[in-house]
Amino acid sequence: MPGRAGDPADGRYIPRVKRSTRRYLVQGTLYVVFVLVVLFVVLSADWERIQPYFFNPEIAASLFPDIVLTAAKNTVIYTLIAFVGGVLLGLVLALMKLSPVLPYRWLATGFIELFRGLPALLVIFAFAFAVPIALEWRPPGGSTGAGLIGLIIVSSAYIAETIRAGIEAVPKGQTEAARSLGLNPLWTMITVVLPQAFRIITPPLTNELVIIIKDTSLLFIVGMALDQRELTTFARDALSSTASATPLVVAALLYLVITLPLTQLVAKLERHNKRGR
Amino acid sequence: MAHPVTGSTTAPVAVPAIEVRELCKTYGSNDVLKGIDFHVDQGEVVCVIGPSGSGKSTLLRCVNRLEEPTSGVIMVEGIDITDSETDLDAIRTRIGIVFQQFNLFPHLTVLQNLTLAQRRAKKRGKREAAEIARRNLEKVGLAEKADAFPAQLSGGQQQRVAIARALSMDPDMMLFDEPTSALDPELVGDVLGVMKQLASEGMTMMVVTHEMGFAREVGDRVVFMDGGVVVEQGVPEDVLGDPQHERTQSFLSKVL
Ligand SMILES: Nc1ncnc2c1ncn2[C@@H]1O[C@H](COP(=O)(O)OP(=O)(O)OP(=O)(O)O)[C@@H](O)[C@H]1O
Ligand SMILES: [Mg+2]
Repeated sequence: MPGRAGDPADGRYIPRVKRSTRRYLVQGTLYVVFVLVVLFVVLSADWERIQPYFFNPEIAASLFPDIVLTAAKNTVIYTLIAFVGGVLLGLVLALMKLSPVLPYRWLATGFIELFRGLPALLVIFAFAFAVPIALEWRPPGGSTGAGLIGLIIVSSAYIAETIRAGIEAVPKGQTEAARSLGLNPLWTMITVVLPQAFRIITPPLTNELVIIIKDTSLLFIVGMALDQRELTTFARDALSSTASATPLVVAALLYLVITLPLTQLVAKLERHNKRGR
Repeated sequence: MAHPVTGSTTAPVAVPAIEVRELCKTYGSNDVLKGIDFHVDQGEVVCVIGPSGSGKSTLLRCVNRLEEPTSGVIMVEGIDITDSETDLDAIRTRIGIVFQQFNLFPHLTVLQNLTLAQRRAKKRGKREAAEIARRNLEKVGLAEKADAFPAQLSGGQQQRVAIARALSMDPDMMLFDEPTSALDPELVGDVLGVMKQLASEGMTMMVVTHEMGFAREVGDRVVFMDGGVVVEQGVPEDVLGDPQHERTQSFLSKVL
C-alpha cells in the first residue's frame, strides 16, 4: 500500500479530489431526483379530479362561519386552558424537583418521567374514559374536560423541565443578593428568580405553546358534543358528511393562521436573545 | 437599633457588631477557614486583606450565613446566628452586603431594586420605601438614575446602586467583598468615595479589599489573612507599614 503510507502529498491529494467529486455527484443526483419527482407528480396527477376533492370552494364556504366561530375558537380556548394549566402545574413540579425535601424530588421526577414517556393520546384517552370510571369521578366539562386535564398533565411534564432549566440558569448571585437583603426564600423565588427564569425560557415556552395548539387535535378521541368540537374534530366530521378533503385543508390553513405568528415570534425572540448576549 | 448605653461617649460599646470565634469551614477535604477569631466593634471599619484563596470571602459570607460554617460561633450584635432558633431573615436586614459583581436585579429598575426588600422584608409602605430609596440614591450621587435599568449603568454606577440598595434597609453594618475589583480603574474612585463617606458617618464596616490606600486611610484596623487563618492584625500603620510576620511582609511586597 504505497499510496497510504508512502508519499504524503500524494496520499492527501488524491482522496481530496475524490471526496469533492463524490459530493458533486451526490448533490447532482439529489437535484435530478427532485426534478424527476416534481415532473412525475405534475404530469401523472389527475388535477381535474384532485382539485375539487381537496379544495371545493362551495364546500369550503359552507364550513364558515362555524369552523371559525366554534372550531377555531375552541382550539384557542383549549390551548389556553392546557397551556396555563401546564405552566402552573409545571411550575409546581419544577419547584418540587428543586426542593431540598427528598420525597418531593422523587415524586416530581416520577411524575415527569412517567408522563413524558407515555403517548399524549393514551393519557388523554385514559383521563377521558378510564380514570372517571375507576374513581367514580365526574370531571368538570365532561369527557372534554377530562381529556383537557390529561393534556394539561402531559404538557406540564415537559414544561416542568423547561422551567427547572430556567430557574437553574439564573445566576446564583441573584439569590444570594436577595437573601442577603432579608427576603425569605418564597419572596426571593417570586420576585427575583422566577421573573428572570421566565425571561430566559420564553422561546422554549413558546414552542411548548405551539405544540399544545397541535396537541388539542388529540382531543378528538374523547368524542365531543357539537359545540365543543375543536378544529380537527370539526374537520373530521365535515370530511365524512361532505366526502371531500376540503374541510381538512381549511382546518390546516386555520392551524397555520394560529401557529405561524407564534413560531415567527419564537424566532424573533431567539434572535433578540442572541443579540443581548 | 436601640443602643443599650446612652450619654456616656467614653464607655466602650459592650457588644461587638460581629464576633467570630474559632470559625472553621471545610469544603470536602479543603480546609478553607481554620479556626478564625475575628471581630468588628460597633462603628469600627475593619479591612481584611490577604492573598487570593486565603478565605476572606468565605469569612465574610459566613457572617450572614450565606455559607454554612462547619464549626465555631458567629455572633451578630450579640445574637448567635448559627443557632437554628435565630430568625436569619431578620438578622440579614441588619447586615448590608455589597458583592464584587454588584448582583443588581436586572429585571427591575434602580428604584425597584432599592424598594423590593424594604417592602417585602421590612414591610414598609410603597411611598415610604420609595422615599428612603431616593434619599440613598442621592447619597451615592445617582438620584437621576432612579428609573434606569442596571444594564444602562456603568460598573461604578451599578456598584453605587448596590450600596444604596443595602443602605435602604437601614443596616447596622455594611460588609463589602472586594467592591471595586470588577471595576475599570477610572470608576474605582467614585465607589471608594461613597465608602469613605459612609465610614465618616460612623457606619460599622467590614471591607475585604485589595485597595491598600483605602485600608490605610479609612480602616481603623487591618486584618491580614492567609491560608485560612488570621496571621496579623492591628492599626493600618503597623500592619501595612511595619508588618511583623514574614507572610504579611511577602504579601505586601507584592501588592504595594
Ligand atoms: N463553594 C465552594 N466550594 C468549594 N470550594 C470553595 C467554595 N468557595 C470557596 N472555595 C475555596 O475556598 C478557598 C477560599 O476561597 P475564598 O473565596 O474565601 O478566598 P478569597 O480570600 O476571597 O480569595 P479572592 O481574593 O480570590 O476572592 C479557595 O481555595 C476556594 O477554592
Ligand atoms: Mg473573595
